[in-house]
Amino acid sequence: MRIAIASGKGGTGKTTLATNLAALLAGRGVTVRLLDCDVEEPDCHLFLHPRVEHRELVNVLVPAVDEERCTLCGACAEVCAFKAITVIGSTVLVFPELCHSCGACSLLCPEKAIDEEGRDTGVVEHGIVSLPGRPAFPLVTGVLSVGEAKAVPTTRATLASADDASVDVVLVDAPPGTSCPVIEAVRGSDLVVLVTEPTPFGLHDLELAVEMVRALDLRCVVAVNRADLGDDRVHRFCADQGIEIVLEVANDRRIAEAYARGELLLDAIPGLEEELSVAWERIAAAARRQEVPS
Amino acid sequence: MTPARELVVISGKGGTGKTSVVAAFAALAGGAALADCDVDAADLHLVLHPELGSEHPFSGRNQAVIDPEACTACGRCAEVCRFAAVLGSPDDGYTIDPIACEGCELCRRVCPAEAIRMTPVVNGAWMLSETQFGPLVHARLGVAEDNSGKLVTLVRNEARRVAEERRLPLVIVDGSPGIGCPVIASLAGAHLVLAVTEPTVSGQHDLGRVLQVVRQFRLPFAVCVNKADLNPGLTTRIVDEVTAAGAEFVATVDYDPAVTHAQVAGTDVIAYGGRAAAEITRVWEAVSAVLSPSLEGEVIDG
Repeated sequence: MRIAIASGKGGTGKTTLATNLAALLAGRGVTVRLLDCDVEEPDCHLFLHPRVEHRELVNVLVPAVDEERCTLCGACAEVCAFKAITVIGSTVLVFPELCHSCGACSLLCPEKAIDEEGRDTGVVEHGIVSLPGRPAFPLVTGVLSVGEAKAVPTTRATLASADDASVDVVLVDAPPGTSCPVIEAVRGSDLVVLVTEPTPFGLHDLELAVEMVRALDLRCVVAVNRADLGDDRVHRFCADQGIEIVLEVANDRRIAEAYARGELLLDAIPGLEEELSVAWERIAAAARRQEVPS
Repeated sequence: MTPARELVVISGKGGTGKTSVVAAFAALAGGAALADCDVDAADLHLVLHPELGSEHPFSGRNQAVIDPEACTACGRCAEVCRFAAVLGSPDDGYTIDPIACEGCELCRRVCPAEAIRMTPVVNGAWMLSETQFGPLVHARLGVAEDNSGKLVTLVRNEARRVAEERRLPLVIVDGSPGIGCPVIASLAGAHLVLAVTEPTVSGQHDLGRVLQVVRQFRLPFAVCVNKADLNPGLTTRIVDEVTAAGAEFVATVDYDPAVTHAQVAGTDVIAYGGRAAAEITRVWEAVSAVLSPSLEGEVIDG
């Protein structure tokens, strides 16, 4: 079962939910794997302190021009839809950060003068989380290199271990928003948990996130953080849309302070483990309902 | 008249209070063009209640379309597509998955039957609206859409253009969380970058990453630690770190529920009043002192 945890708005508690759920499930003997796909700002490791066992670089293909063979005909520049390759004077100039790795220049070069070479844009770290009193579980963290614009290849590489039949539950911590890196992270999940807060920003961004989930033909449930803080419009929206609210966490300064220190809430807040257990039962039930027989 | 100065507000981590700070700055600036560059989740309009002026379609990319009549189902398109955007089989024929299509046009170029054409995807809109504090350029990106960087650049350019047209001295940009393409697109050429963070382990970590990006661009930056009293020890460490890293200034704002109450009431923090309003006013004074001495006279007392 693969569950993605996402939100339109940032800072609503995605990572908090993902890390605490993973720890909860591990504690109950469920084999769980957490994939941190917020590759621009991956934070799960700050709360889980994994021991990193190995790292793999995330390679994207960019053109490499063989100057011997190149006749400066300019066909590559003509076929590149992203203006990532151009002929200036007697050289071919490649702008790797604009390249989408589509392979058009290489395939369509009449002289077969363009090869493709790997360029590192990120790294995937495979770590093991060992929390006191809980069985160890793997945390896979995607880290986009600073200065890189395109997050998706790193997201994709982080998700490479998502389909593993030996694991009961794969949890995916998605980035905020609704654009390409988010789509990549939530695609393929059995259920998306959208975390929000009952404020105008939270509601507006939740509406966008629900729209995204539906555009992808996925299903979602909602978790409301700081549930007593704003107004009831998020609840009304969920009721109108027939979206189940699986968890409500009250605004609590102790939670904010424990989070600020990098502590797991399961350890810091008495009673939260039970609340989260109930929420997990609802999430799992909703995910199973969505497993449509093919 | 010197061209407008540009302040870009970012955060690294989401939910630290960027948009609330930008709305407060808008109220304090007394005439600035505003650009909501968090095109993925644009929220500034929820507190500034703009009157919609003009709306313009945005097309960030082209998408391949297969003409079923002309298609011979040879499968060459599926063979060359690197984005798994060609769906189908030799028996069922082929179609394009519009979400997966990157618009590279390779399929069109290799199709022996010339059955593929490219069509622009209208995947968003940008708007020029009027708020009580000045013009607002904002945008809507179709959900599940790519190319937010391109839309961010467009929104910034339009905000600069309208500032010049109306002789406004300042453009205030509300940026996106993260460090990827929309953030990079919002940074180039800014006169000052203000990073709004919070004293949490993730706030500190994410600030560190986004400031590396800012420094790659060699832009002057300042930091505002929001909800500073949540973790005073970490606040002190962040202040020390960014001061050592060369920040123009570091300001702190304590947690004040009035910030959320203002948002729920659909207004800016300055109009709502309270402790945070006074503290954000001090941040604004520091910002305007860095940006330009000529702006100082226009600061409204908080």
